[in-house]
Amino acid sequence: MRKLLVTSLLLAAAAALAVAATATGARTAPAAKAAIPGCAPDSLNLVEDGVLTIGADNPAFPPWFGGAEKTKPWKVSDPYSGKGYESAVAYAIASQLGFTKSQVKWTVVPFNNSFRPGDKPFDFYVTQVSFSPERAKAVDFSMSYYFVNQAVVGRKGTPIAKVRSIGGLKKYKLGAQVGTTSYQYINRWIRPSSKPLVYDTNDAAVQALKNGQIDGIVVDLPTAFYVTAVQVDDGVIVGKLPTKGTKERFGLVLEKGNSLRRCVNRAIARLWANGTIKKLQNTYLAKAGAPDLK
Amino acid sequence: MTARGSSESRAVAIAVVSTFVVLAAIVVVVTQSPGWDEFKAYFLNWGYYSDSFEEIARAFLVNVKIFLVVEAIVLVTALLMAILRSLPGPVFFPIRALAVVYVDFFRGVPTILVILMLGQGIPALQLSWLPTDQIFWASVALVLVYTAYVSEVYRAGIESVHPSQEAAARSLGLTRTQALRHVVVPQAVRRVIPPLLNDFIGLQKDTALVSVLGIVEVLRQTQIDQAATFNGTYYLVAATLFVLITIPLARFTDWLVARDRRRQQAGRLA
Repeated sequence: MRKLLVTSLLLAAAAALAVAATATGARTAPAAKAAIPGCAPDSLNLVEDGVLTIGADNPAFPPWFGGAEKTKPWKVSDPYSGKGYESAVAYAIASQLGFTKSQVKWTVVPFNNSFRPGDKPFDFYVTQVSFSPERAKAVDFSMSYYFVNQAVVGRKGTPIAKVRSIGGLKKYKLGAQVGTTSYQYINRWIRPSSKPLVYDTNDAAVQALKNGQIDGIVVDLPTAFYVTAVQVDDGVIVGKLPTKGTKERFGLVLEKGNSLRRCVNRAIARLWANGTIKKLQNTYLAKAGAPDLK
Repeated sequence: MTARGSSESRAVAIAVVSTFVVLAAIVVVVTQSPGWDEFKAYFLNWGYYSDSFEEIARAFLVNVKIFLVVEAIVLVTALLMAILRSLPGPVFFPIRALAVVYVDFFRGVPTILVILMLGQGIPALQLSWLPTDQIFWASVALVLVYTAYVSEVYRAGIESVHPSQEAAARSLGLTRTQALRHVVVPQAVRRVIPPLLNDFIGLQKDTALVSVLGIVEVLRQTQIDQAATFNGTYYLVAATLFVLITIPLARFTDWLVARDRRRQQAGRLA
C-alpha cells in the first residue's frame, strides 16, 4: 500500500517537475534542486524565511547524530555534520526541498518542549519521536523515516544477560527514559514484578545500570548498540524485543496544521523511493544483529 | 452598634464587589487571549484529568510515604543540630563550628543536587554493604537538607527564650541539660511551630525532586502521562493533590498561631 502511494507520488512529482522545468527554464534559479512542485523554499511556511530550522534535543547522541562536537551548543555530536542517521535524513529532506546545506539551521529543543502549545521555534523536530494516535492530536507527524524495535541492555555476567524471553525479564528491575515508548513497552508488555524506574535522560538510566541500581534498561535498538559500545564497558544487548501491536515508527514533529507537512512528506516519500533512506540506514544503523527475545 | 453594623456590611459589600471585578478581569484577559483555545486543549482536558487521577494519586502515595518518614526523622535530628550549635563555652567550639559548616553547606546547595549526588554517587562507590535503593538515598538527602533548614528554626526558638529562664532553672538546682530539656526546649518548640510547619510544607513539595533518581512518584508519573499523550492536563492533577494535602496543614498552622495569640493575650489580662 505504502509502495503504491510512493510510486504514484513519484510519478506525479516527475510530471510536475517536467512542467516546472519548462516554465522556469529561462531563469537561473539558485534553488534549482527544488524538484517538488509547490514546495519551493520561498513558498513554504517557515519560522524564518529562506531557512529550514530544525529542532533536536541536546546532547545529540549517535548513531542518530554524528561528527565531533564542533558547533556550539551541541554536545557529544554535531547535527550540522550531516553525519548520523537523523542528521543525514534531515539534510536529505532539506535538499529535496531545495535548501542548501548552509540554509539549514539547527536549534536545541528539549523533547518536552517539542510538543508544548504555542508557536514552535522549529519547522520540524527530529529526535526519535515515535508516532502515536494520541500524540498526533497535539502535533502533526510526518510520515515515518524509521521503523524501530526496542531492546534490553544489561551487564555481562549478570543473570539478566542469560534471559531469552520477555517472560524471563519479569523478575528484573528495569529502567527507561521518561516519556519514551521504551517505558511504555516495559509497562504494557514486560510487566515486571518490581516497579520500573524512569529517568530524565538515557544517561541517568545508564548510570543507574552501571551502579547496579537496576538490572537492565530498555532503549531503541540503535541506541542499544551505542550504549553497549561506548557508554557501558561491560554492557551487553540482552536481546531485541518483538514488535507488539502496530510497528513503532519515528516521525518528524511539526506544528499542528502546518502546511509544510505536505512537502516534507513528499520529500520523505522520495527518499524511500530512491533508496536514500535504505542507504543511510545501512551506513549509520546497520550493525551485527542482536538476539531476538521471544 | 447600628453604626458599626452598617460599616461592617458595607465592608463586606466592597470586598464582594472588588473580588468580583478582579476575577472578572482575570477571566476576560485569559479567555480572550489569542492562545486560549490551545491552552484549554493542552492544560484543561477533563477526560485526561479524570482518567489519570487515580494513577497519579497512587504515585503521590510515594511522596506521602517519603515526607512522613523524613519529617519524623528531621524533627529529631534538627533539634539535636540546633542544640549542638547552641552549646556554650570554648570546649564545644569544634562541635559548634562543625554544626555551622553543616548548616551552611546543606542550606546552600540546591536540594536537587544533594539528591543527585547521594542517589547516583554513593551507589557508584560499589560498596556492597551500602544500600543502592533510590528511595532510601533520596530520603537521606532530604533528611540532610531539611535538618539544616529546620535546625535554624529551632535555634531561633531556643535563642528567643530569655536567658533568665535558664538562669532561674539553674538556680533551682537543675543541671544545664535538665534546664534545656524541661525549661528551654519546650518553650522554644512551642514558639516555632508555625515556621516548622512552613518548612514541612516545603518538604512535601520538594519530594517531587526525587524523580531525578528514576523513582516514579507524582511528578514522574505526570511526565510519563504527558509524554504519552502530548497533553499537559496531568500537571493540574498533580497540583490538585499537593494542594489537597497542604491546605489542611496551612489552616492547622493558622489555627495554632491564633490559639497561641489568644493564650498569650489571656495570660496578659490575668
